[in-house]
Amino acid sequence: MNTSAQPRTHGMNMGDLNRDAASAELSLSQETPCISTRDMSLYYGESKALKNITMDIPKNRVTAFIGPSGCGKSTLLRSFNRMNDLIDGVSITGEVNIDGQNIYDRRVDVADLRRRVGMVFQKPNPFPKSIYENVAYGLRIQGINNRRILDEAVEWALKSAAIWDETKDRLHESALGMSGGQQQRLVIARTIAVKPEILLLDEPASALDPISTLKIEELIHDLKDRFSIVIVTHNMQQAARVSDYTAFMYLGELIEYDNTDTLFTNPSKKQTEDYITGRYG
Amino acid sequence: MRISFKDWVKSGSPWIWLNAGAVAISVMLVLGLVAIIAVRGLAHFWPAELQESLATDLQGQQRMQLGEVVEVEQVTAEQLRGAGYEVHADSDFLNRQLMKVGNRDIYGFDFRWVLQRDLQDISYPPYAVAMERREWGNFYGYLLGITENGELLGEQERGENHLWEEAQKRIDRAVDIYWEIHALEKQDIGAINYELEQLRLEERRLELEGEDTPENLARLEAERQKWDQEYQALLQRLNALNEDFSRDSFLMETTDGYKLEIGLEEVVRAYQPNNMNLFQQIGHYFDKVWEFVSEDPREANTEGGIFPAIFGTVLMVLIMSVIVTPFGVMAAVYLREYAKQGFLTRTIRIAVNNLAGVPSIVYGVFGLGFFVYFVGGNLDEIFYPEALPAPTFGTPGLMWASLTLALLTLPVVIVATEEGLSRIPRSVREGSLALGATKAETLWRVVLPMASPAMMTGVILAVARAAGEVAPLMLVGVVKLAPNLPLDGNAPFLHLDRQFMHLGFHIYDVGFQSPNVEAARPLVYATALMLVAVIASLNLAAIAIRNRLREKFRALDM
Repeated sequence: MNTSAQPRTHGMNMGDLNRDAASAELSLSQETPCISTRDMSLYYGESKALKNITMDIPKNRVTAFIGPSGCGKSTLLRSFNRMNDLIDGVSITGEVNIDGQNIYDRRVDVADLRRRVGMVFQKPNPFPKSIYENVAYGLRIQGINNRRILDEAVEWALKSAAIWDETKDRLHESALGMSGGQQQRLVIARTIAVKPEILLLDEPASALDPISTLKIEELIHDLKDRFSIVIVTHNMQQAARVSDYTAFMYLGELIEYDNTDTLFTNPSKKQTEDYITGRYG
Repeated sequence: MRISFKDWVKSGSPWIWLNAGAVAISVMLVLGLVAIIAVRGLAHFWPAELQESLATDLQGQQRMQLGEVVEVEQVTAEQLRGAGYEVHADSDFLNRQLMKVGNRDIYGFDFRWVLQRDLQDISYPPYAVAMERREWGNFYGYLLGITENGELLGEQERGENHLWEEAQKRIDRAVDIYWEIHALEKQDIGAINYELEQLRLEERRLELEGEDTPENLARLEAERQKWDQEYQALLQRLNALNEDFSRDSFLMETTDGYKLEIGLEEVVRAYQPNNMNLFQQIGHYFDKVWEFVSEDPREANTEGGIFPAIFGTVLMVLIMSVIVTPFGVMAAVYLREYAKQGFLTRTIRIAVNNLAGVPSIVYGVFGLGFFVYFVGGNLDEIFYPEALPAPTFGTPGLMWASLTLALLTLPVVIVATEEGLSRIPRSVREGSLALGATKAETLWRVVLPMASPAMMTGVILAVARAAGEVAPLMLVGVVKLAPNLPLDGNAPFLHLDRQFMHLGFHIYDVGFQSPNVEAARPLVYATALMLVAVIASLNLAAIAIRNRLREKFRALDM
């Protein structure tokens, strides 16, 4: 990795950029939004964890959320597929629109929403089933039990997640016998097997070793043609490496949201600059 | 270097010693218990030597006695003097032995205490015969002759043995016929009786429904004729067999010279324990053990086997598991997954936990009052009015015993399942939900399979508790002697309304309700050993299943 070639990063090691060459020219105003939140706030009981967030997540791009621990970036991500519903005492005001529909509308089928908005968690969470059954799980939920369709879908998903070569000979062995990095890629394969429109990644590499992390990052790069990806990360270098756009959050507020190059090289807010230069967080 | 007491306490060593000691004592107690039961129970089946001696009784009369030495114990001279014995002034203790002299039909009792000093000419005659009979217990004595249809075929003196082989052959023949008769009576004739009873019930039902038209009655009558004919045919065969069965008899003599004739229809087996080599002894031993586990009891449960009790215990536990598992799991799933966690849920949970502490006899009383009389009584009125006033389900039986025990063990299953559900990592549930599964689908496809080892733990605990339970069963279905197994060849094969035998109750009955306590005692040990073995194997089976499930649904390292 050649850090001296990238003077824009305030001396931060950003590693090899994995983004489109033209990312510096990307601009939010030219993108088609796939998720747009309007004045969205989220409360845990009395305390306000997300404060009036208004943002558009662009289609077929990688958007990263960064910020110090507890700033609400995971909470925001989880509100895109209503995972926060599972936590007692959560209430939400404002709107989260996906394809023009507010997903917090009472008529929305949550299961269907979650199928369209897939999510990968911090720690690999394969089911205690075979590799094949893990990937086929989402399809079986939809009532697809045709062997041929499943075979094809599993192969496609595993290939898309770049794990086919490692698993094709052991499809019917338990997924729990794989390494952490393989498990995480399997989970990504499982998620994309149901062909969601949006992929939410909640610190997908934070529990993995550097090589596995690299593989996940390459995978994100490969997947963004087909999915809109939102990734939460603790790791600023990772955000810089994989994302087209980056949002910086602090204490439940969206401080700055811009294309990644701009945000890391020329932040417009003092707080952002302090954070990315390591002054706090 | 001296270590002060205070330092020693501080070092933690006494704590370790205390804990280790507690473990050691527990282990020793359990092993000791099992060892005592095993030794006493298993030793019973070994062919005991027959001791012959000339015994002098209190009145100074002398008579020959022949029998097994069951036990020897020391008694104080004081005690004996009190009982009227003359005891030398310088002896403090004397040995006395319990003899099993058998021949209850002749002596009126089959156990006798004698002082060892009163025995003379102790010998172990090789040709002394021990004969197990279907009535009156064992016979000990000598074989003098064999008769067939009342004609004497051969004779021998005491001390001769040339008739023995022929005698064994004839016993084998008689035993074969016995099993043939047994099968005929139990299966073929039993099936006809069952059919006739069904016909009687059907007739009564038609009568109750006002459909006892001549055509219907004629149809039933025709069927009854058919069965009757079949019965007559079987009866003829049975009579022929019975005649054959009582063809032979033995001329026997007790050691004190009383002669009698014993028909072979009474003989289970005969052997000469003093004349057996090691292999014959081992063969005899396994014969007896096999008889014990595979045959019906005889003579008020003091002889024969305990097969119906083993069968009843296992069947009841299996039915109980089949009932309790779904109920317990469903209740636990609701409590843990769906119910709003609040005051009411907490109260229910506490109540469930406390149910586990209710004395089992209370469940028995409840089962009798609610299941047997209320539920069973109503079932009878609705579904079996033709059998009334004889109850079908309104009487203690297998179904009610299983249900009562299911109720008794329900808390264990609920608690264990809840525990298991709460241990399933949140991340796995979220993973499933994030793929578009509903909560119910997540439960069915991921959570419940992963919690299945915990459910099995609950079932294991339930089985352990249920198999050993006796008190409630006495009220809701267990009997001392059940004429039929609850599972047989007559439709619907599994008769949940039947009463059954149970090992735990069998122990109580044989040990404490038996007219012949001395004869029953070894059987108590053997039955207890069997009960322990049955519980252990049921548990091992459940543990094996659980381990397989664990391996399959190994919790994630999170």
